[in-house]
Amino acid sequence: MSDTRTPSSCSLAFTVNGRAVTLEVPAHVLLLDVLRERLGLKGAKRSCDMQVCGACTVLVDGSPVSSCTYLAVEADGADILTVEGLGHGDTLDPLQEAFIEHGAVQCGFCTSGMLMSARALLAEDPAPTRERVAHYLRGNLCRCTGYTKVIDAIVACGRPQEART
Amino acid sequence: MSFRVVGRSVRRLDVVEKVTGRARYVTDMELPGMLHAKLLRSPHAHARIRRVNVEAARGCPGVHAVVTSGDLTWCDPYFGPALRDRPILAIDVARYEGEPVAAVVADTEEAAAKALTLIGVDYEDLPAVTTLAEALAPGAPLVHTAPPLAGHFADLSTLKSRPGTNVCHQFHFERGRGAAALAEADLLLDDTYTFPRVQHYSMEPHAAVAAWDEQGGLTVWASTQNPYSVRVELAKMFRVPLAAIRIIVPYLGGGFGGKTYAKLEPIVGALARIVGRPLRLALTAEEAFRTVRRCDARVRVRIGLRRDGLLLAAACEGDFDVGAYADIGPRIIQKGTYTATGPYRVPHVVLHSQAVYTNTTPGGAFRGFGVPQLAWAFESLLDEAAARLDLDPVDLRRQNLLAHGEEYAPGDTPIDGKFEESLSRAAEAIRWTQAAAAGRGRGVAMMMKASIGPSVSEAVVRLHADASVSVLSSTVEMGQGARTVMAQIAAEVLAVSMDRVRVTAPDTAVTPYDQTTSSSRSTTMMGRAVQEAAEDVRAQLLRVAEGALHVPVRQLKLDDGVVVAESGHRLSYEDVLKERFGMGGGELIGRGVVAPGRSAAPLGGSTPFWEMAAGAAEISLDVETGAITVEEYVSVADVGRRINPQQCEGQDEGAVLQGLGHTLFEEMLYDGGQLLNANLVDYRVPRAADVPAELQCHFVENGDGAGPFGAKGMGEGSLIPVSPAVGNALRRLAGVRLRDLPLTPERVWRALRARDQKESTPP
Repeated sequence: MSDTRTPSSCSLAFTVNGRAVTLEVPAHVLLLDVLRERLGLKGAKRSCDMQVCGACTVLVDGSPVSSCTYLAVEADGADILTVEGLGHGDTLDPLQEAFIEHGAVQCGFCTSGMLMSARALLAEDPAPTRERVAHYLRGNLCRCTGYTKVIDAIVACGRPQEART
Repeated sequence: MSFRVVGRSVRRLDVVEKVTGRARYVTDMELPGMLHAKLLRSPHAHARIRRVNVEAARGCPGVHAVVTSGDLTWCDPYFGPALRDRPILAIDVARYEGEPVAAVVADTEEAAAKALTLIGVDYEDLPAVTTLAEALAPGAPLVHTAPPLAGHFADLSTLKSRPGTNVCHQFHFERGRGAAALAEADLLLDDTYTFPRVQHYSMEPHAAVAAWDEQGGLTVWASTQNPYSVRVELAKMFRVPLAAIRIIVPYLGGGFGGKTYAKLEPIVGALARIVGRPLRLALTAEEAFRTVRRCDARVRVRIGLRRDGLLLAAACEGDFDVGAYADIGPRIIQKGTYTATGPYRVPHVVLHSQAVYTNTTPGGAFRGFGVPQLAWAFESLLDEAAARLDLDPVDLRRQNLLAHGEEYAPGDTPIDGKFEESLSRAAEAIRWTQAAAAGRGRGVAMMMKASIGPSVSEAVVRLHADASVSVLSSTVEMGQGARTVMAQIAAEVLAVSMDRVRVTAPDTAVTPYDQTTSSSRSTTMMGRAVQEAAEDVRAQLLRVAEGALHVPVRQLKLDDGVVVAESGHRLSYEDVLKERFGMGGGELIGRGVVAPGRSAAPLGGSTPFWEMAAGAAEISLDVETGAITVEEYVSVADVGRRINPQQCEGQDEGAVLQGLGHTLFEEMLYDGGQLLNANLVDYRVPRAADVPAELQCHFVENGDGAGPFGAKGMGEGSLIPVSPAVGNALRRLAGVRLRDLPLTPERVWRALRARDQKESTPP
């Protein structure tokens, strides 16, 4: 027996890290797979497959989403930001710098998602408290760091510019 | 002693890759022509496989092969480090729910998954045992009926199974007069504690890519913690020389012990051979739950003390559930049980443990390697003893601690750190001598763990013509920061800046032998090998410079890429190499080998160092719901010296949180042999909001470790005191003693209710 159904195909146009992208994709394809397999953006990771762990977090029009459970077609017309687009050319984003400085990275598998959630949080609240950060990260799991240094990094990055110097 | 880079929190070598999303893990790899595999898993805890119908699946579009154990007769289909009891795919019998029974290889994962649904398996249910009690009951159904085969790393004479039972190995250790001395104690306590099945949940589920080459060699890119152990297993299974097997390890997305020894490598190797194409197998999170877990345990401890708190005797009996296949379980029960009495001087000891098969996910290595199960019991019971003797739990521990230099067991390494200092630091940081605030309770606990012995680490250090350095080491970077530490060690010895050093990823065709990245051994063992290799290069540099400068070696030193003579003459490394080779090419190659060999110690080899930690918790309790909040936690680890302080903190912060998960939330639940919570919705791991409001990680650094520059291993130890410290805090706060982890609100609430009923009942 062979499956003769052909999955319905959709055309998809969105912006990824500032670049306009047009693709034909099957309707059931997930955003994570489009990013990883079609666009070669491997920074977002697959882990829990059920919107709990956050390793696949990317920003869709500025909002963090779990791309492992997000249909690619839902992102049609959207502006998508992945970890690959966080820096500016060879210059790292201050969040990336803060993660480095505070030792917020160990195995790195959660890091891309952590950074994207942190970016969304700082857009919402430029100077979050530790409690706010810890609560906001409820959808981003890390098994290595114990979170302390991740929270340190985000809080430090969120401090007003004048307080940081 | 002053250092250039040792002792500094230098930037991790891998960190820019990791914050930019460029770091590559196994699942990020693409090989030309790569296919994808998926596994069909048994829905039964224990079943005979009568027939497997693969025809429909074979006809699916995009399918290249549908494989069952019948297709694997060309290789040795069994593997396992201690016992060769695990088949690549179930042969005749499936022994746990989730055991791989068949595999599909297809163009895409999606096509493979679709074909899986068309495989028909005719199972005949067999009686199953899914708990220790069931497995140890007289006449219990047997998980394995055939006589065991020796594993790839053990000979059967060292394994003591009990034929006709589910016990696959036993360990026994005695000192002094053993249990007989218990009778002489003023206080005798006897209690039983349990530790649940918990899951590593590495963020990266297991994955492997395999490709056979034209010379009949196999390359596997694997998320494994020990490429060289995997290589041995594959060479034996596929009957090829070790040199024909190449294991390459990219970054690991976490390991925690769950990626030690062969897991997916045998099946990907076999499938790639069958289809003649490269292929990848990437497990889902749910499948990772069905691949390995921590061994649950039931531990009975008896301790005898003198009235003044002096420990006289202890007896421990531990039953460890190793699941359906032994994996490294036999070693876990030995290692964990060997130090069951913790960092204390106990003259009379009898320790006995057994590894027990059940029809559940195989139990394997997990951060702490058997010690958490025992420490939970022993450290809890010590606090009970303190309460009964009206002694302070810190004082009682202090009175019994092993001293620096004291022998733990004949033939083993003397104690190489200061427990006393760790305990005092923990007590001070938690303000032990001051009363806790209303509604708060405090507890302490300690632990001592042996590392693996004997073991071997080899390293190569290459100094290139431009004075840059390559470190070839097979230590796996799984997040712990080992590559950075190895670079720091080489940079220190060779007096070059960190940006001149590169560390090669493990590749058994390139990087030299290393036994394993586990047991907190890498800084000590591989660190020493790298140090020795760098010193070898250093000696070569100095010899050449001696000839060129006409200055004796003893008057030369290395400083920032230059050989400097006391006379003030200088020769850059570049010039040393030109001098040596007469041209701009060539390199100096140094070799380091650390191989202490076997010893008379009870486990067959002396531990290279003792891992040491103390923990102190302050908790609050919601008496309405039974929910515990760990408000404050202090972890103290004696690490000899920190090569990279920030990374050490990161290790222990992570260890404490992982320990909190074990303590408060985590348990893999089975019902009728079915794993109920193999996903992150139903299985709760710690989140950012679970971090104690105050979390401190302290380090004792006396430069007395066996590793480079007085460092020694760390990273596992600080997980271990968490459960007993929290349990002891609960006892001191609420007067209830819980013996079963995790300390869920329901369990605590029931204990509080039982306490209240007892108090309100007239005697």
